Amino acid sequence: MAHAVREAASAFRRSPLLMGLSSLMVGLALFVVGLFSLAAHNLRLALTTIEERVEVVAYLREDIRQVDLDAAMETLQTLPGVEEVRYLSKAEALDRASQIREIAEVSTDLEVNPFPASLEIRFLPEGRTAETVEAVAAAAGRLPTVEDVRYGQEWMDRLFSLRRIGGVTALVLGVAFAAVATLIIGTAVRIAVFARREEIFIMRLVGARDGLIWLPFLLEGAATGFLGGVLAILLTWSTHQAVFHFLFALEWIPMLWMWGGMGIGILFGILASNLSVRRYLKEV
Amino acid sequence: MIKLLDVTKVYPRTGNALEEVSLHIPKGSFVFLTGHSGSGKSTTLNLIHMGEKPTSGEVRVSGYSSLRTPRRDVWKVRRRVGFVFQDFRLLPGRDALANVAFALEVTGTPKGEIQPRGQRLLSQVGLASKSRAQVHEISGGEQQRVAIARALASEPLVLLADEPTGNLDDRATRGILDLFWELNAMGMAVVMATHDLELVRSYPAARVLELDQGRLVYDSSQTEGKG
Repeated sequence: MAHAVREAASAFRRSPLLMGLSSLMVGLALFVVGLFSLAAHNLRLALTTIEERVEVVAYLREDIRQVDLDAAMETLQTLPGVEEVRYLSKAEALDRASQIREIAEVSTDLEVNPFPASLEIRFLPEGRTAETVEAVAAAAGRLPTVEDVRYGQEWMDRLFSLRRIGGVTALVLGVAFAAVATLIIGTAVRIAVFARREEIFIMRLVGARDGLIWLPFLLEGAATGFLGGVLAILLTWSTHQAVFHFLFALEWIPMLWMWGGMGIGILFGILASNLSVRRYLKEV
Repeated sequence: MIKLLDVTKVYPRTGNALEEVSLHIPKGSFVFLTGHSGSGKSTTLNLIHMGEKPTSGEVRVSGYSSLRTPRRDVWKVRRRVGFVFQDFRLLPGRDALANVAFALEVTGTPKGEIQPRGQRLLSQVGLASKSRAQVHEISGGEQQRVAIARALASEPLVLLADEPTGNLDDRATRGILDLFWELNAMGMAVVMATHDLELVRSYPAARVLELDQGRLVYDSSQTEGKG
């Protein structure tokens, strides 16, 4: 191991430009991933805020009995994905509507309260899917105490499809840039392997174990990935600060993503080196 | 110690390099492997070194069979088989001692023993005074001696030499051959590929194997036996 660390360190000393450029290229590839993560994270936060407002409103028939109301609430409360079922009486509905200026102006003249009582159904985070919401709305619609059900189906479908598109885009771009980073590291290691082909040849000639030959290159790849990761974080952080101070408020990506990204950078470094070195070792 | 049993080696582009070659090289032998260019000398040495596997047949070296030795264990064979080349294959930019020390280091010699053992190996090949000379500063014969010292780093049982004197003048060639005989006298087998028949004739004690177009066409030990 000491030999491998020494050899890997000497590679940085012998060809600092090559290793520096490799780290820079990996850093730039991961920076794009970082920028995308930043955008994806903030988009996700915005979507979550909107999703929290997803609710089904079941308008109740006039003059229902308390026992039927309790039964309806209990039935809805036990449905999968439901977080809370709240009863809104006719008076509360009128009060809420009266907060709108135009309605407030005419509400005092009303002889009869036209607003129906309702049950407002809110969802658990895992229940905020089109399927669950539709299932709950359908179940509510089947209750005899319920007159009508509203949940903004079209709006919700768009919201959920936006989330799906975001997820797929993130996955595709993430994989694409991870592949770019892997290719860059792989190429850098292949150049390093080529530059030291005579040493590798001698090592094999005299009977060095394969592990001793490829371990320095794996460490080199890991170090390239690590340096690239650090650079990407610095660049993403600078961009975040610039946007935050000069354009608009932006949340920083979760620490888990950051360390995960760094870990993936190192992992890809090791993976790319492994592939390059093994391929070369088969040839000599 | 070394056995080739019906060994054939076929390369996809150039065809047969060896055809059904069988031979046995016992411990402590001194063997000249002769033949024209392309006769299969280098292929034979490479197969013994397990640099590649035969297309058919079997190579056995010091208990290791080409049929049963996985790639990850080939290093064990190579520590028993030293190898030197016509072009020395020394690492440029390093001195003689560093070249030998590199082989010692990568074959697991404890750190504290590397320098003294490297010096001893260079003394053994007659280069004690040139240990700190850069490899480009010494003669061809001396460079080949450094390569031999490096090949001895893992204390091999056999030394393979592929045209080791091809780039050397007569005096340096004699020096290298004398060194091989000294090593052989200490019990190490030597297998030297050469096309220099004059050189071969000047060492009548050695066994001679001749290859022609991939076939073993002459074995002096069998001729002697028949005679």
